[in-house]
Amino acid sequence: MIFDVNSIRQDFPNLHQTVNGKPLVYLDNAASTHKPQSVIEAVRKFYSEYNANVHRALYRYATEATEAYEASRDKVARLINAPDRRSIIFTSGTTESINLIAYAWGRHNLGPGDEILVTEMEHHSNLIPWQLTARDTGATLKFIPITADGALDLSNPDQYFTARTKLVAFIQQSNVFGTINPAKQIIEMAHQVGALTIVDAAQSVPHHQVDMTELDCDFLAFSGHKMLGPTGIGVLYGKPELLEAMEPFLGGGEMIQSVTMEKSTWNEIPWKFEAGTPKIAQVIGLGTAIDYITAIGFEAIVKYEKELTDYALSALSALEGITIHGNAHQRGPVISFNVKDVHPHDLAQFLDQEGIAIRAGHHCTQPIMQKLGVPATSRASFSLYNTKAEIDILIESIANTIRFMTG
Amino acid sequence: MDELRELYQSLILDHSRHPHNFKVLDSANRTADGYNPLCGDQITLYMNVENDVIKDISFQGQGCAISKASTSIMTTILKGKTIAEAQSIFNKFQHMIKTGEYDIDQMGKLAVLAGIHKYPVRVKCAILPWHTAINSLKSEDKAKIFSTE
Ligand SMILES: Cc1ncc(COP(=O)(O)O)c(C=O)c1O
Repeated sequence: MIFDVNSIRQDFPNLHQTVNGKPLVYLDNAASTHKPQSVIEAVRKFYSEYNANVHRALYRYATEATEAYEASRDKVARLINAPDRRSIIFTSGTTESINLIAYAWGRHNLGPGDEILVTEMEHHSNLIPWQLTARDTGATLKFIPITADGALDLSNPDQYFTARTKLVAFIQQSNVFGTINPAKQIIEMAHQVGALTIVDAAQSVPHHQVDMTELDCDFLAFSGHKMLGPTGIGVLYGKPELLEAMEPFLGGGEMIQSVTMEKSTWNEIPWKFEAGTPKIAQVIGLGTAIDYITAIGFEAIVKYEKELTDYALSALSALEGITIHGNAHQRGPVISFNVKDVHPHDLAQFLDQEGIAIRAGHHCTQPIMQKLGVPATSRASFSLYNTKAEIDILIESIANTIRFMTG
Repeated sequence: MDELRELYQSLILDHSRHPHNFKVLDSANRTADGYNPLCGDQITLYMNVENDVIKDISFQGQGCAISKASTSIMTTILKGKTIAEAQSIFNKFQHMIKTGEYDIDQMGKLAVLAGIHKYPVRVKCAILPWHTAINSLKSEDKAKIFSTE
């Protein structure tokens, strides 16, 4: 299939909006992406043509809804090459997926003397749950440091991977630096000391092939809304034997097998972890987003997004007074930067005036900001529907803002 | 020139690049830290308050042009005011920054910030120094830390 960005753009109705009379230039894809018409249509179709609860009733639409819901589970399993569909649990997003492990596994398996290893690069959603787990269990939180290039410093593994390490939780692709971390290597080091692993794949699954069989991680989390899918839907992958041994997370309908007044037995996985009426429309929408991505294929996506990122990196670094944070060899389509004497919020405000949406702030990574010694950064992040022409508009507008603010 | 540039023009030239009272105040008997975690804005106010009068006030910190300019203007206005007067100006300022409506006789120099009401996300940046100052003036705590979140 030939990668044609113009025809791809036609699939995304939201890209054709104007802001302040200017065409929208949407460069905040690491926060959330737009949705293709097919995803919007799949959600509409569910609500208008076969709306029903799943797994419960015997009438026709309930069956149809259940089939569509479960078909999405198969699509997710294929996308990340998970051998067993029972590994795929639908959650509300990466945040809930990680919290599920922190509560259903962490609170029952960790105690004083145990260590949870994370990195200094984590999004708050893969940091705060472990701070809370450490507080509640008496376990200790340890950190793999980052280098000046925005990569992980794995030069002293023995210092971090020890007999006490019980869980290693890390981000696969940084939402600040774009760095792609050596996930396979980290997982191997964790397994060598007998620790389990959880991968925050919120920024990686949307951009390149993430393969459960190859990585051999124990858990993995990602969000639908960052990969062309609806909001309110995410995935937790877990190895079946671990999920089976785990305590439930939320209690309620759907997750039980039999219930008496006094006690209950749990449903089989994955439903054991899907208490209550699930996010049916969102799950169906996510399945359609996966169809869209797979039709284009990661090979083409990686190649195109790399082209965009390289183009933006070289144009940005040519501007006077720009500091780019992160210079890792392996990187995804995310660029964080600061402009001398222009606060990120002032820059973002001027860019908004030109119809350009970038992110300015701490990106839910306050420890990274402290490490960089900046209060906030600006961040441009790309998706498969962005163009070099949009990057040209970004660069020109940044140059104009610098001139205005400092000239 | 578009509205945003106009707004910044008046702010930046006067205050953001050359803020007034941007220093540590040796005579301070009251300090207050203000944070806006969303933006990473951080200011420290130094005040010398005697018999309910703000004898002197200065600030340090880092932030966007709007928060810096707002803090700079605030220090020039609060110097010499009583705590009750400060509270009264703050109430009117807050109304102006949220609605754009104001009485020029009452707002004076503060009126350059009125345009911010069109950018709701930035209202917090402009109000941060005021919240920090008023909170501190009303508090027993002479080294108060205040956060917008
Ligand atoms: C790396 C990373 N992890 C986790 C999250 C949280 O995702 P969500 O808010 O969808 O739960 C994000 C998104 O902001 C992210 O970039």
